[in-house]
Amino acid sequence: MSAPLLDVRNLRVRFPTATGPVEVVRGVSFALGRERLGIVGESGSGKSMTGRSILRLIRRPGIVTADRMRFEDSDLLDISEREMRKVRGARISMVMQDPKFSLNPVITVGDQIGEALAVHERLPRRQIRRRVVEMLEAVQIRDPERVFGLYPHEVSGGMGQRIMIAMMLIPEPAILIADEPTSALDVSVQGEILKIIDDLITSKGMGLIFISHDLNLVSAFCDRILVMYRGEVVEECKASELANASHPYTRGLIASVPRLDETREELPVLDRSQWETR
Amino acid sequence: MSAISLRDLDIAYGDTRVVEGIDLEIAEGESFGLVGESGSGKSTVLRAITGLATEWTGEISLYGTPRGRTIDKRFAALCQMVFQDPYGSLHPRQTVDATLSEPLAIHGIGDADRRVPKMMEACGLDPRFRFRLPHQLSGGQRQRVAIARALMLKPKLLLLDEPTSALDVSVQAEILNLLKRLRKEQGLTYVLVTHDLAVVSFLCDRLAVMRQGRIVEVADIAALKTRSMKDPYSRELVEKSASRLT
Repeated sequence: MSAPLLDVRNLRVRFPTATGPVEVVRGVSFALGRERLGIVGESGSGKSMTGRSILRLIRRPGIVTADRMRFEDSDLLDISEREMRKVRGARISMVMQDPKFSLNPVITVGDQIGEALAVHERLPRRQIRRRVVEMLEAVQIRDPERVFGLYPHEVSGGMGQRIMIAMMLIPEPAILIADEPTSALDVSVQGEILKIIDDLITSKGMGLIFISHDLNLVSAFCDRILVMYRGEVVEECKASELANASHPYTRGLIASVPRLDETREELPVLDRSQWETR
Repeated sequence: MSAISLRDLDIAYGDTRVVEGIDLEIAEGESFGLVGESGSGKSTVLRAITGLATEWTGEISLYGTPRGRTIDKRFAALCQMVFQDPYGSLHPRQTVDATLSEPLAIHGIGDADRRVPKMMEACGLDPRFRFRLPHQLSGGQRQRVAIARALMLKPKLLLLDEPTSALDVSVQAEILNLLKRLRKEQGLTYVLVTHDLAVVSFLCDRLAVMRQGRIVEVADIAALKTRSMKDPYSRELVEKSASRLT
């Protein structure tokens, strides 16, 4: 593999509290190539914080430190906010969980997607419109001309998420961070959305960081998996080898998920004392 | 006698009819799963049974007694509901003790001081949580409180609306085990609404698949486990779930 797109070493995120600082990400390191990397963990494991800190979206009083956070030729922690704005959205973009809360309710879908493009490139309006319609087609929205003029409340959850993806991918970023992109959607729509992400990622040679609490989903969709627990990466493995995971936390998680052909009388419950580090 | 019997049930919200022509018999002691995509009307059926959706026509009977459209204490004592989101379904300024005592007060049952700790124990809640507020509890503990509240009146029937989908898988396992144990101990009848077929597989004996307000298939749980559902839409739903759950 060539040099990684993103190289993160010893990432830490701290928040001050009344009882002293709490470290929510504790020394996470990983490198991302042109691949699909999954980050799994429970709520509070620090997976979303990891994703957000890459885009420097953690506001004060939160403090982000890392030995290295290299993207292309720059270190994301050193560059100015002005330079960061050229990276954010254009080179690295992020799809959030719920389109209902991430789309602007008073701007039409087409204008919102167009804005993502206009901010980063100077293009004539007609060309922007054409690119937006093409992008809506790429995320498999039938009748893109009509959807262009709709407001977010006029579209379904699945379509809203396609619109989010269109908006995030239209500047053709090098890395897409998807934070629970399908958790708010029905199972039947989830598959379609994942396929769209997958097709676009592969055809454009992008890197993907896929953040989810859903172990099965991540193992089916990604190439490589990081399992996070309490702010640390406790396991790193190929997605195909998740079944052979060695950390008791990962094994416990896998076992606690009910199966479609469930025969167990009782589901095993995590015994956290086994690996508790503090 | 059936625990629940629905005959030709139509349910509307205003001018929109969301559930049409439901006929369903659920036996006493059975655990019944109701599955479908969002918007298929599965939660609405529960809301009508429990008295929260009142614009319905047809017949809803619990243990042979037809239900009216108003809130009815007798039915409340017979049938209780647990909601999806334990963050939203508990009063933020009521302690666990207040939450669990309220059903008793409403129904004029005394002895709260003995019943509350007993129910907390049955639901796996440490007695020291008794005077805590919801924000001092984790998601799983809150859902245990919601389940305990539903059981305070010793109902025979529990309606569960996505009881674990707001929880992490590790916590989900604990709550599912709890529900399974409570049903065995207290001989409860369950109606479980969920979009997660694996949860149905773990907890239910039978299931119905809903689509666009109608039941397309009622099947035994064995048909789900062996993936031999008959209706093409239910098969599709099962295959989609199966492809996610490797």
